[in-house]
Amino acid sequence: MNPFTQVWVYLEESPLLWLAVTVGVYWLTQQLYRLSGHFALLNPVLVSVAVLVCVLAATGTPYHVYFDGAQFIHFLLGPATVALAVPLVRQARELRRLWLPITVALLAGSTTAVVSALAIGWTLGLTPETLLSMLPKSATTPIAMGVADKIGGLPSLTAVLVIVTGIIGAVIGIPLLRALGVRDPVALGFAMGVSAHGVGTARAFEHNDQAGAYSGLGMGLNGALTAIIIPPIVWLFGF
Amino acid sequence: MIGSLATLLLFQLTGVILVRLTGVPLPGPVLGMILLFAALLLRGSTPDIFSRSSRGLLAHLSLLFVPAGVGIITHLHRVADEWLALTITLIASTALCLVVTAFTLRALTARREP
Repeated sequence: MNPFTQVWVYLEESPLLWLAVTVGVYWLTQQLYRLSGHFALLNPVLVSVAVLVCVLAATGTPYHVYFDGAQFIHFLLGPATVALAVPLVRQARELRRLWLPITVALLAGSTTAVVSALAIGWTLGLTPETLLSMLPKSATTPIAMGVADKIGGLPSLTAVLVIVTGIIGAVIGIPLLRALGVRDPVALGFAMGVSAHGVGTARAFEHNDQAGAYSGLGMGLNGALTAIIIPPIVWLFGF
Repeated sequence: MIGSLATLLLFQLTGVILVRLTGVPLPGPVLGMILLFAALLLRGSTPDIFSRSSRGLLAHLSLLFVPAGVGIITHLHRVADEWLALTITLIASTALCLVVTAFTLRALTARREP
């Protein structure tokens, strides 16, 4: 065995390698995103995932080996979700004034996310299994997986579709809404959170703090509402 | 810094425990966020250092989704069969949701502005 192979065999077993590679790749893609003047398609989550999938495929590394290292980053999602309360508290006064418009927008957006996915996916001929796994795509991952399980989808496929939806929202959200003349950070942020959960919220924080705060709110509210509305919608459409 | 992390983890833990005990259809961290929001409102102000560390964590929120995103590799075979219909559905449905949410909120708030 040559020395290079020995080092590789050692590193493959240690969580350090994939932890370092994940943070390193993310840092590089972030630099690239900045250099490009925040070009939407160079979104760091999108490019990092694409690069890492290629690296894993090229080195023949199974996902569970990768995740042994990357889980330390993944774990921080919990405390980061709790931390979303901090920017939101600063909006408390405005929130009291906006609760009714927010409730109506949430109901409209949440229903649109589910019904449009069902209608478009069914028209394009997706298999029922994929379709059901896709319905909770705009909700945050743990809720979406629970809902998929209840209605007969595949929770692990749902986890992937949820992240892809988040990335799509992060990429198209702000350019699309600005092109349509939406400048208000409250509407911009809330829409990002309702349609693209945490990934959209991360993108909204890069836009500004107020958009981030409302995006976190939209994510939390839509998670709860999705869990409530999907079972009756599925029943209504007879799946 | 360590105090802030301890606080966040404590609220997350409380959220997770309450979800287990009551069966509310929410993930533990989301309930933790609601509890922290209520606690900060009651307290009346957010300690400066806590505010700074929380924002530090949120500034890199995007990075935290990368490990889960790479999970797509385990479903490549399934996704490959239906990729075009899947992509079109996800993009169209996400765009519709963005537009409907933002325009509903804007229409309802515009009238209240002076």
